[in-house]
Amino acid sequence: MEAFLGNLALGFGVALTLKNIFLCFVGCMVGTLIGVLPGVGPIATIAMLLPITFGFDPTGALIMLAGIYYGAQYGGSTTAILVNIPGEATSVVTTLDGHQMAKQGRAGVALGMAAMGSFFAGTVATLLIAALGQPLTKLAQLFGPAEYFALMIMGLVFAVVLARGSILKAICMILLGLLLATVGTDLETGQERMTLGIQDLSDGVDFAVLAMGIFGFAEIVRNLENPETRDVVRAAIGRLWPNKDDFRQSYFPILRGTIIGSILGILPGNGAVLGPFASYTIEKKIAKDSRRFGRGAIEGVAGPESANNAGAQTAFIPLLTLGIPPNAVMALMVGAMTIHGIIPGPQVMTKNPELFWGMVASMWVGNLMLVIINLPLIGLWVKLLQVPYRMMFPAIMIFCCIGIYSINNSTSDVLFTAFFGLVGYTLLKFGFEPAPMLLGFVLGKLMEEKLRQALILSRGSFSTFIERPVSAGLLLVAVVMLAIALLPSIRKGRDEVFTE
Amino acid sequence: MKKLILALAATAMMAGAAQAQSYPSRPVTMIVPFAAGGPTDIIARIVGEHMSKTLGQQIVVENVAGAGGTTGITRAAQSKNDGYTIMMGHMGTHGAAPALYANLKYDPTKDFEPIGMAAGTPILIVGKKNFPAKDLKEMMAYLKANPDKVNQAHAGIGAVSHMTCILFNSQLGIKPTAVPYSGTGPALNDLVSGQVDYMCDQIVNLVQQVKAGSIKAYAIATPVRSPALPDVPTTKEAGMPEYEVTAWNAIFAPKDTPKEIVTALTEALNKALDDEMTKTRLLELGGVLPTKDERGGKWLGEFVTKEVARWTPVLKDAPK
Repeated sequence: MEAFLGNLALGFGVALTLKNIFLCFVGCMVGTLIGVLPGVGPIATIAMLLPITFGFDPTGALIMLAGIYYGAQYGGSTTAILVNIPGEATSVVTTLDGHQMAKQGRAGVALGMAAMGSFFAGTVATLLIAALGQPLTKLAQLFGPAEYFALMIMGLVFAVVLARGSILKAICMILLGLLLATVGTDLETGQERMTLGIQDLSDGVDFAVLAMGIFGFAEIVRNLENPETRDVVRAAIGRLWPNKDDFRQSYFPILRGTIIGSILGILPGNGAVLGPFASYTIEKKIAKDSRRFGRGAIEGVAGPESANNAGAQTAFIPLLTLGIPPNAVMALMVGAMTIHGIIPGPQVMTKNPELFWGMVASMWVGNLMLVIINLPLIGLWVKLLQVPYRMMFPAIMIFCCIGIYSINNSTSDVLFTAFFGLVGYTLLKFGFEPAPMLLGFVLGKLMEEKLRQALILSRGSFSTFIERPVSAGLLLVAVVMLAIALLPSIRKGRDEVFTE
Repeated sequence: MKKLILALAATAMMAGAAQAQSYPSRPVTMIVPFAAGGPTDIIARIVGEHMSKTLGQQIVVENVAGAGGTTGITRAAQSKNDGYTIMMGHMGTHGAAPALYANLKYDPTKDFEPIGMAAGTPILIVGKKNFPAKDLKEMMAYLKANPDKVNQAHAGIGAVSHMTCILFNSQLGIKPTAVPYSGTGPALNDLVSGQVDYMCDQIVNLVQQVKAGSIKAYAIATPVRSPALPDVPTTKEAGMPEYEVTAWNAIFAPKDTPKEIVTALTEALNKALDDEMTKTRLLELGGVLPTKDERGGKWLGEFVTKEVARWTPVLKDAPK
């Protein structure tokens, strides 16, 4: 305990220097801004800002870059609630109920609750990183390829159960996502698959390209087609402070979301993305009246938002303790650390304690800062989002294009984004939800990789997934979930919930 | 009117003067065929920073990742040969690519003007923590005795860890089960947790895990030991002298870039390699610097030919 407090004291000593507070502030502001603007993600931003940090000391640079990352999670929810566009992949779920709340004139409450849930989750996750960093990496290490595969099956089942409308359509979209993920070079043989001879496809479809096309461009097209139904909330934002009932309804979802998000965030393989989905599903399942979900239930905002932020933060655990990045943003962090001469790994904690603990402490400082700067600034974000669409969409398009172009400095990526924009628009027209497809796509690549690894290691025996207890457990959960969703009685209820 | 003509004439003259000015008169783009933050990118940025000082113009690193680096090199090879686009080539793009990619749009030995070797990173042979071999000799014996049992990890077709381990296996005469991962990170994760038995990769990626004791290092494939891991023997000391391999990075310009420009770039690179600050930064990464004999374009050109000849048969025979 003494060592723990000593470490935290060291961390706050580093994080609370004037320079680091300033860098943290800059990171949080930039992060929130890009989070608010749909289409510009933390990956593109951090990649673009990486060269600027050359001049800073490593701790300052990482504090700023980390600020951008979790700032974007905050900003992403603002857009999700106000415009019904997930600013980040992790805020997809927030659109379901958050935006409904906004339509009912409770945008302020939704934003306030999201901020408070996030702050609570951030505080808990920070303490968790500090206290459990080392032991927890052991848990992540229990996961071999078979366990990852089972975990992702479970994630996809969650996505099916969660999807609105017909289960069949949701499954179709997931399969489409999985199929898209198989485009590119075969991992084992190096053969090109479904690239149509196009060299730019030899590494597969880029996630940012797909996401920006399907969500960003398609959304813009749809809005242009039908300007009156534009979704930016025009209703009053309302008060920010939730009332007694709101709090009562949110305590436990926040707590559960924090726990789920923290656990999933630690798992390498972008488990953090699953957090909000899992939290939402659980809240909906255990709610007394699950019909409220999708119609502005505050639990559907509080839980996933806490899970989202907790996961964003605990995702640093495998990076800081094992040196293994769990997602694309963390991979960029590895790059940033290496550029500054720090090789991420178990040694960071002992060799650069001021960096490790400084970063941990700055995360809490950053979370506090986000609440303080963001709640008063919501008015500003709303103004930004209330700029008429005809004026805003060219700017968003340009931002998207710059962001896409800057990832690989490739013009064909921009063209692909436009193509996926058309695809996304077509899907929307036919009543297919794009979110399950995106999840299928994200998990598809990893799933194929893990499936093949597991089978190579077991020399081709499928029983490996059942023989390994953790994997068997995860698969069992998936089967049970699917069975519940498909049971006639529940299914009827579910259909009623999702039909609007 | 007269004034205008005069002004125009003056402008035209100035433009002419600017053109006659020696190379470079504007920033130079260096294409790095991998994502920012990897070993090749970092070496390019460190070397490029000092070269910018010598050249008097900024060298701007542009990351064009994809297809094992061949996307970026293809683009660089096809760009204008005016000295304003150069590239950081690498063991994969300029050694192994012809054997790995049937539709490769460039020939490493013919389509480039070699500028010079920048820096390389040594290859380390590592095993999981409880791998039943205490040194390289025991490891070799174990691998030969249990070819059906062992699992070797690599970071995908064309990755350094893939090629160098194929060379290792072919020299040992074994064909273990190779488990592909999409990158060093996930491969290392499964090595640390003991899902796979061994792998070969660049020392920069492994040094912290070795120091922490979560994986075991058996040998380093360079003639001398690395200051980063002084306790790890060389392959020569450990009993496998034929296995010597470095993941090298070298600067190239597109074919038929004017000679004086190539010379200017080579000189700038050599100055960077002589600079104490640059040297220290490269060495801190665990890098190996070229010796005086290994500098310049001529040596590099011959070296590339040798590398292509070395990798092609090994990779073509390898089990996919």
